[in-house]
Amino acid sequence: MKHLLATEGMSAATATAVLDTAAGLKQTLLGREVKKLPTLRGRTVITMFYESSTRTRVSFEIAGKWMSADVVNVSASGSSVGKGESLRDTAQTLAAAGADCVIIRHPASGAAHRLAGWLADAGTSVVNAGDGTHEHPTQALLDAATLRERLGELAGRRIAIVGDVLHSRVARSNVHLLATLGVDVVLVAPPTLLPTYADRWPVTVSHTLDAELPSLDAVMLLRVQAERMHGGFFPSAREYSISYGMSEARLGVLPEHAVVLHPGPMLRGMEIAAAVADSPRAAITQQVTNGVHVRMAVLYHLLAHEEEIS
Amino acid sequence: MAPHNSGAAEPAERRELLSAGDVARTIARMAHQVIERTALGTADATAVVLLGIPTRGAPLAARLAARIADFSGIDVPTGVLDVTLYRDDLRRKPTRPLGETALPPGGVDDRVVILVDDVLYSGRTIRAALDALRDAGRARAVQLAVLVDRGHRELPIRADYVGKNVPTSRTEEVHVLLTETDDRDAVVLDRREASS
Repeated sequence: MKHLLATEGMSAATATAVLDTAAGLKQTLLGREVKKLPTLRGRTVITMFYESSTRTRVSFEIAGKWMSADVVNVSASGSSVGKGESLRDTAQTLAAAGADCVIIRHPASGAAHRLAGWLADAGTSVVNAGDGTHEHPTQALLDAATLRERLGELAGRRIAIVGDVLHSRVARSNVHLLATLGVDVVLVAPPTLLPTYADRWPVTVSHTLDAELPSLDAVMLLRVQAERMHGGFFPSAREYSISYGMSEARLGVLPEHAVVLHPGPMLRGMEIAAAVADSPRAAITQQVTNGVHVRMAVLYHLLAHEEEIS
Repeated sequence: MAPHNSGAAEPAERRELLSAGDVARTIARMAHQVIERTALGTADATAVVLLGIPTRGAPLAARLAARIADFSGIDVPTGVLDVTLYRDDLRRKPTRPLGETALPPGGVDDRVVILVDDVLYSGRTIRAALDALRDAGRARAVQLAVLVDRGHRELPIRADYVGKNVPTSRTEEVHVLLTETDDRDAVVLDRREASS
């Protein structure tokens, strides 16, 4: 693996290898006082975040540090980006400064892909940490890792992705990864929050959450992304919550083994009731924990092997 | 460490060094040596832990523990220590999958840890294991048990318990076969045609 830009097009073998590595890393570090592995000593990882983030940036930084890589964080504010430097020039500066891997979050869809093209000569690996409304592959991988822990084998499972699919890069990454892993994916959202091209995805679509609940093995809730919404996508927050929010009553309708996921940050009372978020059926903190191990695994697969001769 | 892809390609010549019976007798002898050297069952005894290095060190450690229990009546805790993340040749090979790591309850602190592997060769696997062990805790002492020592050390490492010393050339390969991972118990020496 040279870059991690998207889960669309990722083979089942690659995805499974990364998930197996993540599980192995978690097991290796379990109960250990010193959570540090020497594997990526001497490698330099730079995170470039052009959008606000808590868990993803922190998760990548911890992952890099636990693998003994040197991690440098660059945020758009406080760097030369504020002086008008282009993304391309900033990236090439970071590569020239010795980055082995650049992890980028950017509001523009396709930013990570462009970056990978610009940095091809430098040999720098690029990880997409979220690009606009396109993809967020490590989130999908950590969701899959969490689902594997809770459900075991994923092939043949039925999993709903509920809410603002239109603006969600998490949804896109999960659709492709879960479908590749053999999951029966159903998108549940009001028609206004579904992309028009969802019919080309390997999914089924539903507008009624209550009809789907009894047959699900897991529910992935999405945050309603008000910052990307300009216009009326639904009448009111209250109406959205009544139709698509994960309430305690709906939790009762889910099968006993089914698990509730949310990528965070969550809006309690909007897409998820507080009692559901705090219940043992929800795997939200487990997702965050797995995020570190999955990102360690991604860095391992990107950086800890012989140079590929192209 | 011997490559673990035994039988991947047909060797030009294969010679059996130890039969299934020899493997069993060798492990039994090593168990006696462990009991003697660690004074197991006596007042001087310290807690002993066997840690197998994947792939074949793990079943070997379990077998050694079973023989020790047969001879001394003492159940020695066993575990598995994967060293992949500590190897010094990661950048020379394609991405390696990780092996299993499972430390026994109580960990390794203040115990005598006996690392168990199938073949001792360059010593680099053991070097990695020592680093991995250091991160797992502070053992009171570390010892090494191997079924076969084939020579050609590249580091100042030696084994405390050796099943069989086998003088080899670098063009030869030593494979330990165990029923847990292979079709039978044996140790074989493969000689490859000099490839260009």
